[in-house]
Parts: sequence; C-alpha cells; structure tokens
Amino acid sequence: MKQFLVFVRKEFLHISRDVRTILILLLMPIVQIVLFGFALTNEVQDVKVLFISNESNETAALINHRILSSPYFIPVESQASATEAENLMKSNQVSLIVNYSRNFNETMVKEGAGQIELIADGSDPNMASAILSYSSAIIAASIKERMPASLENMGKVSLSTELLYNPQMKSSYNFVPGVMGLILMIICAMMTSISIVREKETGTMEILLVSPIRPMFIILSKSVPYFILSVINLATILLLSVYVLKVPVTGSLFWLVMVSFIFIFVSLTLGLLISSITHTQVAAMLISGLALMMPAMLLSGMIFPISNMPELLQVFTKFVPATWYILAVKKLMIQGLPLISEVTEIAAMCPMAAVFLSLSLKQFKYRLE
Amino acid sequence: MLRYLLEKEFKQFVRNKFLPKLVLFYPLLMMVLMPWAANLEVKNLRISIVDKEHSAASNALINKISGSSYFSNTLYAQSYLDAMSHIESQKSDIILELPLDFEKNLVNRVDQEIFIAANAVDGVRGSMAGTYLTSIVKEFSQEYMDTGLKAPGIEIISLSKYNPAMDYKLFMVPALIVLLLTIVVGFLPALNIVAEKESGTIEQINVTPVGKYTFIGAKLILYWAVGFVVLTTTLLLSKYFYGIEPLSGYARFYLLSYLFMVVVSGLGLVISNYSATMQQAMFVMFFFALIMILMSGLFTPVASMPVWSQTITAANPLKYFTDVMRMLFIKGSNLGQLVKEITILAGFAIFFNFWAVLSYHKSS
Amino acid sequence: MNSKESQNRNIIEVESLTKKFGSFTAVNSISFNVKKGEIFGFLGANGAGKTTAIKMLCGLLKPTSGQGTVAGYNIATSPEMVKRNIGYMSQRFSLYQDLKVWENFRLFGGIYGMKSRDIESVTAKMLKDLGFEKERNTVVESLPAGWKQKLAFSVAIMHNPAIVFLDEPTGGVAPEARRQFWELIYLASQKGITVFVTTHYMDEAEYCNRVTIMKDGAIEVIDTPQNLKSNYGVNSMDEVFYELAKV
Repeated sequence: MKQFLVFVRKEFLHISRDVRTILILLLMPIVQIVLFGFALTNEVQDVKVLFISNESNETAALINHRILSSPYFIPVESQASATEAENLMKSNQVSLIVNYSRNFNETMVKEGAGQIELIADGSDPNMASAILSYSSAIIAASIKERMPASLENMGKVSLSTELLYNPQMKSSYNFVPGVMGLILMIICAMMTSISIVREKETGTMEILLVSPIRPMFIILSKSVPYFILSVINLATILLLSVYVLKVPVTGSLFWLVMVSFIFIFVSLTLGLLISSITHTQVAAMLISGLALMMPAMLLSGMIFPISNMPELLQVFTKFVPATWYILAVKKLMIQGLPLISEVTEIAAMCPMAAVFLSLSLKQFKYRLE
Repeated sequence: MLRYLLEKEFKQFVRNKFLPKLVLFYPLLMMVLMPWAANLEVKNLRISIVDKEHSAASNALINKISGSSYFSNTLYAQSYLDAMSHIESQKSDIILELPLDFEKNLVNRVDQEIFIAANAVDGVRGSMAGTYLTSIVKEFSQEYMDTGLKAPGIEIISLSKYNPAMDYKLFMVPALIVLLLTIVVGFLPALNIVAEKESGTIEQINVTPVGKYTFIGAKLILYWAVGFVVLTTTLLLSKYFYGIEPLSGYARFYLLSYLFMVVVSGLGLVISNYSATMQQAMFVMFFFALIMILMSGLFTPVASMPVWSQTITAANPLKYFTDVMRMLFIKGSNLGQLVKEITILAGFAIFFNFWAVLSYHKSS
Repeated sequence: MNSKESQNRNIIEVESLTKKFGSFTAVNSISFNVKKGEIFGFLGANGAGKTTAIKMLCGLLKPTSGQGTVAGYNIATSPEMVKRNIGYMSQRFSLYQDLKVWENFRLFGGIYGMKSRDIESVTAKMLKDLGFEKERNTVVESLPAGWKQKLAFSVAIMHNPAIVFLDEPTGGVAPEARRQFWELIYLASQKGITVFVTTHYMDEAEYCNRVTIMKDGAIEVIDTPQNLKSNYGVNSMDEVFYELAKV
C-alpha cells in the first residue's frame, strides 16, 4: 500500500510539472460546457423571411405581422420578385419565402379565398420542416381570426400539449448530459492512455516493471490522478450546468455523482486498453481522438437521436459507453427519475469496465512474458 | 531542390505504418457511417396511446396516426401512469390521451379537449412531435365531422425547396467533407512538422540552404495531394453510395475545396509553430477541432445559436466552408452567389498563412 | 566547391563575436581564426556557450555584436550563403530514420544542388569506402548507432563543403566506434575539408590540430594540444581541462 502511494505521488508530480496540459485539462470542460451549453441548439429562431406580395391587403398585413411577432422570424427588407427571391435563397440570405398568389387581394375580397405559397430552404430538412410547420400554423391561426364566427365549425376539437420535463424547451437540457459524457470520456481515456504510452516510449516503463510492485498497481497508480482530475471536472461541469446554464438536478445528486464515477471508471479502463495496444503517444492520441471522440459525438445520442438511426447502428450504439451514461444523466438530472430507472444503464456500464480492464491487464501481462 | 524534398515527403508518407491507412479508411468509415447516424429529423417518433373509449372513431384515429410518416411505433397504455412509464423507460416519445366520450362528442358536435404530453428533454423534438400530432388529430376530426360544407378559406402550399424529399443525408454528406479535410489537410501536416522538430531533423534542414518556404511547401504539396485523394474518394462514395452529387458541378467543388485546404493547412502551420512536442500540438488541435466542428453549423444550425456565439462563429472558417459545401451540393449556387463566403475564406487563407510565415523562424 | 580561399587563408574569421539573450551574455566577445584543412576542436563544459557559438557560425543565430566570416561569407549579413558552403552534423542523428540509406544521400545531395548523376556516383563511392554497400537499401532506423554516425558524417560532407561542423558527433558511442569515426574525420581533413568539432571527450581533443576551451561564454585558451599540455605541465588534455576549471 505504501509503495502504491509512492507511485501515485510520482504521477501527481508528473502532472503538476506540465502546466500547459493541466491548464487545458481544467479549462477545457469550462470553455466547452459554457460554449456548447449555450450554443449547441437546434431551436428555430432568426429565420430570415421574405414576403412577396403584389398588392397589400389587410389579411396579408395581418399574417405578416403575426409571423414577424413570433419569436422565430426576422424580416428581410427587399422588394424582390419571385426569381430574385430564389437568388437570395441560393446565397443563403433568405430561408423562407412567403408568396401570396397574384390576385390574392381580389379573390380575398370576392370569395374570401386565396393562395399562399410557403417556400422554405430545404437544404437543412429539419429546419425546413420546423419552419414550414410553424409558419403555416401561424397563418392558419391568423386566418381564423379574420373569419366570421358563424363560419367556424361546431364541435371544435382543441388539443392541449404539455411539454414534459422541459416546458421552456431549453436546448441545454438536451445537450448538457451529452457534453458531460463527451468531456469526461475524452479527458479520462485520452490522458490515461497517453501517460502510460509515454512511459513506454521513454523506456521508463521497463524500469517500473522490474520494481517489486505488481504491474496492476503500477497501472492503477497511473489512473488515480486522472480519476481525481476527472472528479474536479465533474464538479465544475455540474456547478456550471446548475448555476450558469440553469439546468437543474431534479433527481438525486448523490446517485448522479455515483453514476458519473462509474462512467469515469469505464473511461479510465478504456484508456488503459488503448495504452496497452499502442506504442506511441501519437497513435494513442489519434485512436482516442478519432475512435472515441467521433462515436461519443455521433453514436451516443448526444446530438442525434438514436431512434432515428437504422437498426444496425442502433445495436452499435449499445456498445458505446457514453450512450448509457448520457441516458442515465438525462433520467437523473432532467427527468428526476428514481434510481430504479437507471438500473439498466448501470448494469450496462459495469461489465464494460470489467471487460476493458481484464483485456488490458491480459495484454499487459502478455507483453511482459 | 523542391523535387528532392517532395520525393522525401512522399516516401516517408507511404512508408508510415499508420497514415496511409488513416487517409484511406477514415473517410470511408465516416462516409459510410455518419450520414446514417447524423440525423436530427423529427421522425420515427414512438407514441403511447391511452384509449379510454375503444370506439370505431378512436381506432380510426389510431390507424391514421400509425400510418403517418412521423410515427414509427405505436404502444397502447392502460392508463396515463402506464404511458408515463413508457416515457420514463425511453420506449415512447409522446402520449395521446383519448377521452371516454371521444366518438360521442364528435358525432354530437360537442367541443372537447384532448390531452397530449411530449417528452421535451430534447425541446425541439418534443414540441415538433406535439405539433405533428395536433395537426393529425385536427385533420382527423375535421374529416370525421365533414358534412361537405366546406368553408371558403385560404389554401397554404408548403414547399421545401432544393430538397423536396427532405432527405437528411443530402444535408450531412457535403458537410462531412469539411470534417475530413480539416483533419487530413489541416492537422496531419502540422503534426508532421512537429514530429521533425521532436526528432531533431528540422535542425539539420535549418543549416542547409533549403528555404523555409520550400521545406514547408513540400509538406503542404504532399497533403494537398492527399486532400485530392480524400476529396475524390468521398465524391465517389457520395455519388455511388448515396446518389448525391454537387449540383454546381465538379470544377467549382474542387476549386473551393482547394481554397479551404489552403486555409486549414495555414491554421495547422500556425499551431505547429507554437508547439514543441506532438503532444502539445495534438492537445491544442483537439481543443480547437472540437470547438470549431461543433460551432460550424455542421450538426446544429448556426442561426439557432444565441447572438454572442453567432459572433464567435464568424471567426470560424469551418462555418463558411460548411455553408459553401451545402450551397454547392444542394442548391447549385454559382460563384456569384458565393462571393461573401469566398471572400471571407480567402481572407482566412491570407491571414493564417501570413501568420504562419511570421511565426516560423528558421533561425531562432 | 568554393575556391575563393587559397591554401593559407583563414576559412573562419571571428572578431569579438557576442550573443546576448536579454541580460544574459551567452557568448562574450570571442575572437579566433581557423585555417583551411584544419581540425579545430571546440571544447567546454555544458552551458559554456559552445552551442550558441556554433549556431552563430552556421547562420542559425544572429550575433548581437561582432564580426564573423565563414568560407568568406559574413555570418550576420549572408547566412544563406554560409549554409551553402558548410556541412553539419549534430549529436542527434541528423539522418531521416524512416528513409533508406541511399534515400538520405539523395535527399541531402539534392538539397545542396548536386546533379542526380553525381549524387549516385558519390553515394556509391562513399558506401564503398565505408564498406556499407550492402546497406544501401536498409532503412536507417534499423542500423546500429555507430553506423548511423558514420553515415551521417558522410552525408554531411557528400557535397564537398569547405567546412563541416560536428556538434558532439560521437556522443553515446563505444570507444572503438569513436576511433573509427575519427579516422573518417582525418580522411576528410586530408581532402581539404576544414573540420570544426565540439566534444566532451578529452581524449578526442588530442586528435585536433588546435583546440579552444570556452568557459562562461569566453574563450579561455586557444592553442595546439601539445602546447597546452606543456604550458600547464601535464600529460593529458583531461588534466588541462581540470587545471582550467580550478581557476
């Protein structure tokens, strides 16, 4: 045990000497959580809308006014024709065109009818469908307002929608758990693997291995400082989420921290595994960077909903540790569910840690013999 | 002289155990995997229905919902609590509660209120799901009560231009090229230079008559050539795997991609000039790469960001190139329509390369 | 290559050369000359200013004050011309480890503007002289350290420079290999290449025509090893060094 502590101290000394790295490690989560917590959002806002209408009339004026007073749209001041409008859309200056039919004014007066064409920039299909559905809902509501009460159908069906957990529809509720998973995964796995591979590269690992201490303890001692660093990061992230991003911890803080510890441990063992199969720091970095960062970003449900993926990929996401962690954090932090709901996630992460750890120890022993 | 340096760079590249594989397989993997994974569309929604009535009308409505393109999976719940448990165990995204007198009220034309609850942890997804469901139910009730008496009204025609089928892959594939070029042409040459610093060979080159531009130029030429391979691979995959081609044609595509390569390779050089070891260089790169990628509009739209972070993205070259790629592929924009983006990218190219030259010292 | 200087002219002339980093004076007004074909030893403890001085002579560092010419070119005003006329080999092997032996020759030959045909013939001859013909296609990485050093030296002089700078060329090599390396140095010197060498090993100092010993940025002594030993009344350069250190 005493030997173990000596080794842990040695690792701390290594880290504390490298000021640039330690700064990056402590500042990175802060910058990222603040930046992404606010900036990563797919809310519909500031949609540049252009109205094309030959003559003005009351209905059109009301519709335009209603559209612009919603939080989603901002006007593009232009007297463009339909073809010019398309040109503007091709150079990304307009995202929605509202085109009233040529004789809109006339038909409105005569028959109370008319045609409105909504053209959205479909290059982002998600945005386009949101823009279209919001704008047509606004238009439909304004039209109703203009219609005499007698024409309104009897037996109206009204629907009330409750937005569970996140009534203000804040994007940070969705992205903060993902950013937590990403940051913890990168820092733990990348740093551990690099620090071990560095000792391999410089040859000091051999010296450590001939010492009387057991290899397992050497490896564990290397992960202790990073575990502690990660815990500090976890604390910063949680504080920032709650006090800066206003994402509340509605469930049990204790279990949130416990689940995070499990995830940190999984990431550390993954780092160990990477270090046991690579020989150079660069390879370790590239593998942790490209092979961990990308799946953690793409296949974990951090940004893209897993239910949108094809079956095969959905199976694949189950092998990404961050998937389970993000799910558990969403349940604990945002949905405020009790521990019993997170049993699956915890049960999925623990065997992962065991497998990574035993694989890397096996690899490690094999290299010794 | 350049010839000999180029020979050296190509041999070293080909002989490397890791790099050629990375350059060939990374784009392949990303192109095959990413477009399927990166999908923010609100679809494949799973719904839990609490049907208290079990009438012909409620069945017809449920059929209509299951048959719509938004909902992929319909679950039945005994009670609202039961439905909530579906939401909590992530089996369902939205709850529809049909009241006991649903059919009767429809027949008798009595006003009624129907309750929907959507999981809004992902706020946009939740509210969009609510909007879709609302419009389906309204449409259904109007059809059900339709007496042929149609009130004159205003017809709204919705059109999603350039991508009428709303294909999300068409949106992601062009953006992937940005990611790949940044990694291959931006980061690899920078790492290569730092590697020469670390091994000391750069010291040897510094005492020879080789000019700094020649030395770095040889590296850039290699990686610009590698960039060509990456571009062509992705283009072929995108054409034959996804059926997606740049609407603007190949000439503009290659031309503007090369402009971007000059930008990112310049950025990489700046980073390499300030890093003494590979590890430092990598850290700085990962740090910036993560920020630049997530803030480029590649995954989530820039227009959705708050004003202050939109201001930050104005300094992100990846943002402009992401826009350019999408405009070229999806909209078929011409150079005239891309003037703003091209000017800014050219500005970045000059800025980073000028900075790189200033910060590179052949003699200390 | 450069025939500007005649047999007896100085190939390096240095006059009160000084380099300051902020308030720290790394090299303090040193002056010396080196003759063509001479083997000139540049000695001193770590931090004495050797590396800074050699960097200035190679055109890598601009002097703060003082004058210096190498192979007839001013080191402050035309460092690029200096670089054309020198060879350089440092303690860290200067060859590309992931290139083959002949590829290293080809690269550096090309860098110094040699013609492709000349590079081939020079490479063949040098490998033959070293007895390394079989290793022509070997990747440098897999060669023993002593071999790499010999190759690095050959590459450094393949373009027949007026002068070659060797910065601790024999660090970490077995005594036998060091002796063989010095044989190469003598051969180069006989061909008229001036050799400017820094070293830690005092026995190697004995092989030089003249040596200078630096201390705290200044030149302490400059003379032939023979004279130095008799001046201090000792039997080896080691003892000379020890005597100097005492003061």
